[in-house]
Amino acid sequence: MTTYADYTTGEPVADTKAPAGPVNERWDTRRFEAKLVNPANRRRKTVIVVGTGLAGGAAGATLAEQGYHVVQFCYQDSPRRAHSIAAQGGINAAKNYRNDGDSIHRLFYDTVKGGDFRSRESNVHRLAQISVEIIDQCVAQGVPFAREYGGLLDTRSFGGVQVSRTFYARGQTGQQLLLGAYQALSRQIAAGTVEMHPRTEMLDLVVVDGRARGIVARDLITGKIDTYYADAVVLASGGYGNVFYLSTNAMNSNATAIWRAHRRGAYFANPCFTQIHPTCIPRTGDHQSKLTLMSESLRNDGRIWVPKAAGDDRPPNRIPEDERDYYLERVYPSFGNLVPRDIASRAAKNVCDEGRGVGPGGQGVYLDFADAVERMGREAVEAKYGNLFDMYQRITDEDPYRVPMRIYPAVHYTMGGLWVDYDLQTTVPGLFAVGEANFSDHGANRLGASALMQGLADGYFVLPATINDYLARNPLDDQVDDGHPEVQEVLAETEDRLNLLLSVDGDRTPDSFHRELGEVMWEFCGMARTESGLRKALERIPQIREEFWRRIKVPGTGEEFNQSLEKANRIVDYLELAELMCLDALHRAESCGGHFREESQTPDGEAARRDDEFGYAAAWEFTGTGDAPTLHKEDLVFEYVHPTQRSYA
Amino acid sequence: MKLTLRVWRQRNADAEGAMSTYEVDGISQDMSFLEMLDTLNEELILTGEDPVAFDHDCREGICGACSLVINGDAHGPERTTTCQLHMRSFRDGDTIDIEPWRASAFPVVKDLVVDRSAFDRIIQAGGYITAPTGAAPEAHATPVPKPDADLAFEHAECIGCGACVAACPNGAAMLFTSAKVNHLNVLPQGAPERETRVLDMVGQMDAEGFGGCTLAGECATACPKGIPLFSITSMNKEWLRATRRAAKG
Amino acid sequence: MARTVWDSTVGKKTVMAVSGLVMLLYLVAHMIGNLKIFFGTEEFNHYAHWLRTVGEPFMHYEWTLWLIRVVLVVAVVAHAVSAYQLSRRDIRARPSKYVHRKKRADYATRTMRWGGVILGLFIVWHILDLTTGTVHPGGFESGKPYQNVVDTFSTWYGNAVYIAAVLALGLHIRHGFWSAAQTLGAGSRTRDRALKTTANVLALLLTIGFVAVPVGVMTGVVS
Repeated sequence: MTTYADYTTGEPVADTKAPAGPVNERWDTRRFEAKLVNPANRRRKTVIVVGTGLAGGAAGATLAEQGYHVVQFCYQDSPRRAHSIAAQGGINAAKNYRNDGDSIHRLFYDTVKGGDFRSRESNVHRLAQISVEIIDQCVAQGVPFAREYGGLLDTRSFGGVQVSRTFYARGQTGQQLLLGAYQALSRQIAAGTVEMHPRTEMLDLVVVDGRARGIVARDLITGKIDTYYADAVVLASGGYGNVFYLSTNAMNSNATAIWRAHRRGAYFANPCFTQIHPTCIPRTGDHQSKLTLMSESLRNDGRIWVPKAAGDDRPPNRIPEDERDYYLERVYPSFGNLVPRDIASRAAKNVCDEGRGVGPGGQGVYLDFADAVERMGREAVEAKYGNLFDMYQRITDEDPYRVPMRIYPAVHYTMGGLWVDYDLQTTVPGLFAVGEANFSDHGANRLGASALMQGLADGYFVLPATINDYLARNPLDDQVDDGHPEVQEVLAETEDRLNLLLSVDGDRTPDSFHRELGEVMWEFCGMARTESGLRKALERIPQIREEFWRRIKVPGTGEEFNQSLEKANRIVDYLELAELMCLDALHRAESCGGHFREESQTPDGEAARRDDEFGYAAAWEFTGTGDAPTLHKEDLVFEYVHPTQRSYA
Repeated sequence: MKLTLRVWRQRNADAEGAMSTYEVDGISQDMSFLEMLDTLNEELILTGEDPVAFDHDCREGICGACSLVINGDAHGPERTTTCQLHMRSFRDGDTIDIEPWRASAFPVVKDLVVDRSAFDRIIQAGGYITAPTGAAPEAHATPVPKPDADLAFEHAECIGCGACVAACPNGAAMLFTSAKVNHLNVLPQGAPERETRVLDMVGQMDAEGFGGCTLAGECATACPKGIPLFSITSMNKEWLRATRRAAKG
Repeated sequence: MARTVWDSTVGKKTVMAVSGLVMLLYLVAHMIGNLKIFFGTEEFNHYAHWLRTVGEPFMHYEWTLWLIRVVLVVAVVAHAVSAYQLSRRDIRARPSKYVHRKKRADYATRTMRWGGVILGLFIVWHILDLTTGTVHPGGFESGKPYQNVVDTFSTWYGNAVYIAAVLALGLHIRHGFWSAAQTLGAGSRTRDRALKTTANVLALLLTIGFVAVPVGVMTGVVS
């Protein structure tokens, strides 16, 4: 009997859209080669956009400006609430306003290197090129970026980068950029070019004759399930960090749109690449429903430590200096507390595993500002970090000026996603994926302040240019309607699934399953992964899935506003996606970026990449629930940035 | 902690609603208010009762989804969003009243969930700068004086939660509308549409059935983001200016 | 433009603000005039007569007075109709109250509506009492306002009604003046304190100034 782990390797997959030639000319070439749709014909072409975050909102607005008829969906009550809104830090752009040596090439280089050589050079270079236009666009929309007294834009350096290229709007950059996109989208809604469906969740993809032709979606207020048809479908539904139950994602962020697309034929690439952010507020108990991130900038002045002795439960201020272990400063003397996210996260896990963690459950380390207060004075610390300290105090009821903060890593971003080519098209013709929903630009690790950049690049500039080519070359000559057998099948499957969820009438709540799955994923597919652990997870997940379908309890009916049903239906997909994440992590027997396999490390405990064996993006093809999927490798070629091993010691 | 909750239950928009009483036990001081409601809902599901519906998403105080009136206060006793309110603000044995935003422009969808699409339509009426993608000039072409940029930011912080409407004795949306008008009108990029923006947005605000402003100030007191009351004053000024200019033709 | 203003909630508030300020201006003059009662019958009656001859010879007898009266009636009507329509709208916008009621902080704001109604009724009584004499308690004599005033404030209810109304007026002005400044866009973060102080001082001065007359009669200073 073959198990899920016995995957087969299929034909390699390749990006056929990026033109050859110098990397800095590829985007121009591609835009020139792409066929255009006659402006007069555009309003007869419908594009569905799922999601209204940075990528989706920007794409919807821009496509509508170009003249297409856009039908857009979000599960929230308003397109203004997508989780891009929670991004704090900033957005990178190679403007070189500081004259500090930045350039498109340097941003390209930093991003490829930061991604630990698991991203595609063509895509990353394009991203760096477009970054410049994004800032112009957002300023024109009225995004209130921080400015200097001369009235020009302020920038800061972020995430250990040596140039100052991060534009920001206090700690709410994501909010301001999202509202910019939302307002652009609102203008199109008013103009009638975007038909907006809030509180409507995509439940499946309609594929007819091998092409994406529409979606099945549920009106979350009435419970009505409907089909929507289009000439192309764009998924901008975000990442899948909520597989872990606890993450910094919004409570309702989910993987259903991309997972259903995957089930209908879209390859899922690098699902195990998840980013774990080191500075989150630790959980306080089993009731914890989500985790809150605190800006990484805190590590610039805070010192991270734990007690030297395991089980030392004295209050932090009573632990004398020589009984404290400033472990990052000790192990990484040259970078100290500023080591990259993945290293800081793993080190925190290690000391906690040794029983030296602090706070409830021993899942936390101290981030101490006592020295900073002494050195800079309380006022200076307050000016720099006041709002973060306030937020921390509101959540924990502890005063970080007097008691060290407690922090712990948390799942934050998923680099993996639907496999897309240079045009952002998935392996299903007519289905595109933008933003965090695709896998394209960050490789195995995303740099700080690059998520906003990628979402907006995809939405404002890349997709609106590349989708023309598909629409122009592939005119549809038939009308699809609900009577079509392939549509009927999708509809029936969706209805059956929801009915089944409602009819099991078991004795466990949706959340209890989600929490259980999350614990398995965090334990075995979290910051450090091992073959045995991943095998254990691959054994556990199908068991949880089986139990889920036996014991789930969803009250109410499908014909009403039913948040338990929404939740349960999302968990159905997490229970399958989790399995693929573990398999991907198992098969990738190397460490790279956010993926750390304990078996693959250097003698001093650092991640050891194995480029010869794993210098590819892993694109998985679905073959059936619980059935071993097929792996398609996309070879990654590095012509400009040559792979080197990271070293922070 | 052990608490008595009196929660507004309403099956759907057309149904009659009423307060229902529930007891919850084992509530930790460290829980957020919504986690306390999660606890209640887990119990309700297991007993086969319909869990309490409420809007929530980011749970870090920025998306603006959460929207509960707690003991008569929009977002409860602290000046923050419901999701950032913690149970340590309450005492063991307390009775807590939980109600939805109440305003005729925000009809109840179910239980504590209301329809705030009127806000979206106010933005659609003019809460944007017409800057189609690709048409933008170089970002540094127009410097913005720092005080203006800061003022714009202060108003741009609005999260569109609707606490201002919920707290206003007249169900007015002046603070929400003025926050966006001021954010965009203070910037040079927003200048070309300055007059139409304020006239159209105020017109839409009235058309949605929000009440008028009596400057009671409850909105600014309830606003989790601290949008100041003078935001409304500035919008009035913009509106009068726009009306005069429109009259001149 | 008139249509735009009248059809908008912000516009109607502007109407209220402007009409309110017109009335406020009148009240300041009215109060100063009233205070002449402390300088004796002759001066007060002379002042009352002068009111009818202002502007002569350009204006005919009582023309100026009637002009002021017309302006005031327009202001009162505009103020009241706007207030009525806005209040109707406000109540419609918040049809169901919260089950958990809060004691609202600002006294003046809450009292604007019923304070306005009281003032409206008071104006009617005040005119019937001291202008037309219809409900005057003593023998009303046109042209002898000093005696008329003394007669009115020699009754307990005359004093009670008047003082109650003046107190309502004080509260009304206290919030109304500041509120009008906001409506007309004159407020700002830096100016807020000055505006609130001005509103308080105005309210206090007018209250004292108007209450002085009945108190004067009651204490026998004026008789």
